[in-house]
Amino acid sequence: MSVFRFMLQNQRQVLELTLEHLWLVGLSTLLAALIGIPLGIVIAHRPGLNKPVLGGANIIQTIPSLALFGFLLPVPWLGARADRLAILALTLYALLPIIRNTYTGIRGVDPAVVEAGRGMGLTESQLLFRVELPLAVSVILSGVRVAVVISVGLATIAAAIGAGGLGEFIFRGLAMVDDRVILAGAIPAAILALGADLALGWLERRLRAR
Amino acid sequence: MAEMHPAVANPVIEFRDVSYAAGSTQVLSGVNLQVQLGETLVLLGRSGSGKTTTLKLVNRLLSPGAGEVRVRGVPNTSGDVIRLRRGIGYVIQDVGLFPHFTVERNVGLVPRIEGWPDERIRLRVEELLRLVGLAPEMASRYPHQLSGGQQQRVGVARALAADPEILLMDEPFGALDPLTRDDLQREFLSLQQRLRKTVVFVTHDLREALRLGSRIALMEAGRLVTVLTPQEFLRSTDPWAAAYVRAFGEGLESAINRGTS
Repeated sequence: MSVFRFMLQNQRQVLELTLEHLWLVGLSTLLAALIGIPLGIVIAHRPGLNKPVLGGANIIQTIPSLALFGFLLPVPWLGARADRLAILALTLYALLPIIRNTYTGIRGVDPAVVEAGRGMGLTESQLLFRVELPLAVSVILSGVRVAVVISVGLATIAAAIGAGGLGEFIFRGLAMVDDRVILAGAIPAAILALGADLALGWLERRLRAR
Repeated sequence: MAEMHPAVANPVIEFRDVSYAAGSTQVLSGVNLQVQLGETLVLLGRSGSGKTTTLKLVNRLLSPGAGEVRVRGVPNTSGDVIRLRRGIGYVIQDVGLFPHFTVERNVGLVPRIEGWPDERIRLRVEELLRLVGLAPEMASRYPHQLSGGQQQRVGVARALAADPEILLMDEPFGALDPLTRDDLQREFLSLQQRLRKTVVFVTHDLREALRLGSRIALMEAGRLVTVLTPQEFLRSTDPWAAAYVRAFGEGLESAINRGTS
């Protein structure tokens, strides 16, 4: 129980770091969605593009996160502020599940439905916004959910380059060999991941097309 | 001076030397075909003979490699493809109802996009459901709550929504059980007697072709073999037509009789 006493004693900092963590995860997921969903839509409609795009996102995924943070550090404008750098790295990691699920969701729409829609004179954008996206939305959202859960974990590593967030407690605890401090970072992070997972899962079920 | 041929009406749909290839495969070769106002032209042939391709060339889901397809006297490439398609009803075997829309929204989608007022759409949907033999309370159902036969009735209603002059039907009753198919064929005939749409109907079922068609266009390996009335088809000496008649065996005469009664 001494963990919770420690967290209570440092509640201001716990709150501050949690908010920082949320900021890192929230902004990077938003950026990844803004890039990844349109990209997923494009590759779902142009079969030749899906392999290079998904392959590229996959390669990013294989770069160890600490290494990626390190690679980006010397980049001029980015390297100037650690949080910019962390947000970019987290965005890159979040791309794969979002692109992949958007692609899968749209490709999963019954071809007969698309053909009927096109045959009755829907424009490509009407087909996209009235048919394909509504039918794919729950699959897309489940990609966003995976991205958020991954980001919450990854963002703890961003503290290694000084980007803040709950990783600060974890690294400090590691240095001090103090479990209480590690847990003061790990527990709120786990709660964030769980909370985001539940909330987005709920939304996903609500939006699932009949 | 325009030539006057009062006896020969202008075809609503006309294929002029149309060929189509998918990659290196020649799917259609030199098809010439005319579909007259108010008739039901059946494209009959086995799988891969080019029936569906022919149909999709009409509403430009496919574009010919050579030749041209004319709709209402003008090449169908001359205008906007979206306008062309909205004037042509399209019914396919897999129905393709929008699963996230109720029956009412499925049927009313094109009118809605066309900007009809809500009340007019509601009345039109009601009218169409009655026309295809569905109870009004079906309007609020979702496609997955309907039987196969009911789904295809909705498919037909949806195709008729904006009152198109032309109807393209690609094996619309092919996936239904025999009894339901019989019902829908009968209703198609009575519907067609009232509406007099210009219909192109794809099937591989000779019995269905004899029953529903004003004329039957027989296709084989991407070519149009012959175009005959149902009566002519049964007596035809054309080897492909004769082969079809043999394959379907006895009792074909009665199929026509039922159709025209």
